[in-house]
Amino acid sequence: MALLQISEPGLSAAPHQHRLAVGIDLGTTNSLVATVRNGISLVLNDEDGRALLPSVVRYTMDGAVQVGADAQAVQSEDPVNTIVSVKRFMGRGLADVGDVTNLPYRFVDAASTGSGQAPGMLQLRTIAGIKSPVEVSAEILNALRIRAEQSLAGELVGAVITVPAYFDDAQRQATKDAAKLAGLNVLRLLNEPTAAAIAYGLDNASEGLYAVYDLGGGTFDISILKLSKGVFEVLATNGDSALGGDDFDHRIYCWLLEKNHLSALGAHDTRLLLTRARAAKEELTDRTETRITAVLSKGEMIDAELTQQDFYAMSQNLVARTLQPMRRALRDAGLSVEEIKGVVMVGGSTRMPQVQRAVAEFFKQMPLTNLDPDKVVALGAAIQANVLAGNRSADEWLLLDVSPLSLGIETMGGLTEKIIPRNSTIPTARAQEFTTFKDGQTAMSVHVVQGERELVSDCRSLARFELRGIPPMVAGSARIRVTYQIDADGLLSVSAREQSSGVEAHIVVKPSYGLSDAEVARMLQDSNLHARDDMQARALREQQVEANQLLEAVNNALEQDGDVLLSQKEQGRIRVGMDALRTTLQGADHLAIKRAVSQLNDATVAFAQARMDKSVSHALTGHNISELDH
Amino acid sequence: MSITLTENAAKHVQNFLTNRGKGVGLRVGVRTSGCSGMAYKLEFADAAEGEDMQFVSNGVTVLVNPQSLPYIDGMELDYTREGLNEGFKFNNPNVKDACGCGESFKV
Repeated sequence: MALLQISEPGLSAAPHQHRLAVGIDLGTTNSLVATVRNGISLVLNDEDGRALLPSVVRYTMDGAVQVGADAQAVQSEDPVNTIVSVKRFMGRGLADVGDVTNLPYRFVDAASTGSGQAPGMLQLRTIAGIKSPVEVSAEILNALRIRAEQSLAGELVGAVITVPAYFDDAQRQATKDAAKLAGLNVLRLLNEPTAAAIAYGLDNASEGLYAVYDLGGGTFDISILKLSKGVFEVLATNGDSALGGDDFDHRIYCWLLEKNHLSALGAHDTRLLLTRARAAKEELTDRTETRITAVLSKGEMIDAELTQQDFYAMSQNLVARTLQPMRRALRDAGLSVEEIKGVVMVGGSTRMPQVQRAVAEFFKQMPLTNLDPDKVVALGAAIQANVLAGNRSADEWLLLDVSPLSLGIETMGGLTEKIIPRNSTIPTARAQEFTTFKDGQTAMSVHVVQGERELVSDCRSLARFELRGIPPMVAGSARIRVTYQIDADGLLSVSAREQSSGVEAHIVVKPSYGLSDAEVARMLQDSNLHARDDMQARALREQQVEANQLLEAVNNALEQDGDVLLSQKEQGRIRVGMDALRTTLQGADHLAIKRAVSQLNDATVAFAQARMDKSVSHALTGHNISELDH
Repeated sequence: MSITLTENAAKHVQNFLTNRGKGVGLRVGVRTSGCSGMAYKLEFADAAEGEDMQFVSNGVTVLVNPQSLPYIDGMELDYTREGLNEGFKFNNPNVKDACGCGESFKV
């Protein structure tokens, strides 16, 4: 019979209806899949008991695809068709990747391949044809999906996939596309540091600020998270995309070369020594010394003793290189070390005692290390997936993401009207009604902006589109409903609809509009710094808009009825008021403008009354009382 | 009348309960559904309810609703591994027929 798992009270699934969900850590070097079973989050191993799937994909001539350890084993024999670290290319163009001359791949621009992908996006020419990074990642995800479905004996309802906190919309979208291609339903993309924090149960802990130190195989990331009301917000990220465990291996490798007076080695010997170096590094995690032995291809014998102390000394500056990004992240978040309540360690390289010690010294507290640092991100993603798939009762927490910055629309005078305030939990949708500014206006421009500042010019422009075909109406009578919607992955769509005619226009804010968290932090700081200036600027703009509206209205009225209804003297007085208003408009004193507006208003009260009377009598002319009665 | 757990199953249940941080034991039962009429229910139990029958096997408390008991009386729960998958196996002497996968059954 089928094997059953224990459910939460009242949540037993109907037969054949198990809500199987997994968390996937799609890493640069290694990927993992985890799930919650019997209430415990655990990583699913392959047939050989291995948890880590090397993020390596090899394309072969006969069209077969190798993923993982098999592909990694032949990497040096077939470097062109064996793609490693594809995550670095996700959602990137050739220009973003920078120097590609060191990489063995044949890059092509998507525009030249007719693939329908956006020009500028990079692709890779392999023996099996041109592949996009999305397709390569999909192979990794597919291997994990198959592993999960075999382990769980059923189809998955969905997966939570983790991405670095600094991934922008293009990179996130590429990750979602890869999942779709691999036949996975993405329940949500989750930030890696957030996943690690969830794995440690910090979401159930008291509110506060946490640091996540992630030293992987080839990348270092530090994130500062703020937990409030069960919601994690990424306050700042920093890191070094070219620093990781491989660099520590390389130090030992260089030491071996020096010690044995070896010069440039062949590819095979290099690989052999790097493998030995790595093993030595891992040994030194809980031993004070280790022995490295190897026989090179030309018969040279390598036999060296490496002490923990020597290893610490030679890798000291690597550890030190992680400190600078930590300082920067704290500074970006405007925090001091003392404010950090807990530190989570992620990535296999954080097993090294010298790394743990450096982090403990920096944060003046012991970091959390009791979960396997290679697995912690996948474990947290699995917990989140389990909740999203509906396997936890509703009264338990549901982790939400928040929008980091407010999203607004430009209104008259270059002002920002916030539609979705920052820190709104997502997914969310908000709508607001706007109207036309001029008589007979048939189009309206919708300018989508992001930021906390009052003036559009200080915010970030995200998109702009026009709603056309508004029926001509008197200014202020059209009703245009603008809806902002952010889906669970943080992608924004905006629509505008004129209510009476139903004309509609919409836009999806396209990838490549993402902001790094450092930029978000900067924009937030700006808004705090300028809050007072902004208030005044807003008041000024509002007065300016009102003043211009009034001037235009009075001017029109004078042209139509001035000579008929007013004496030259009266007209003169109104014109003086208009000139006074125009003069104050040159300045930046909103209170002076306000006074001038109200003076002009006062000066035109009698005129406005006379015009009203005139239009009423005009309307009545030619009609008799009985007509008006009903 | 009894429901029992193998030693291995009991060890796993205790481990799961410890990790979960709360709960008094397991709730086992049946409900009517599935392609062969009945389906098992296997849940963590946070508290005993009114008419619950209680069994203790290898240190694990098993709660059963009296209505369910006739269908699963004498059943043994085991924890096993099948390929990459692992989980609880129900050895139920009352089952006369089960659907292909055994997730639902007839008595």
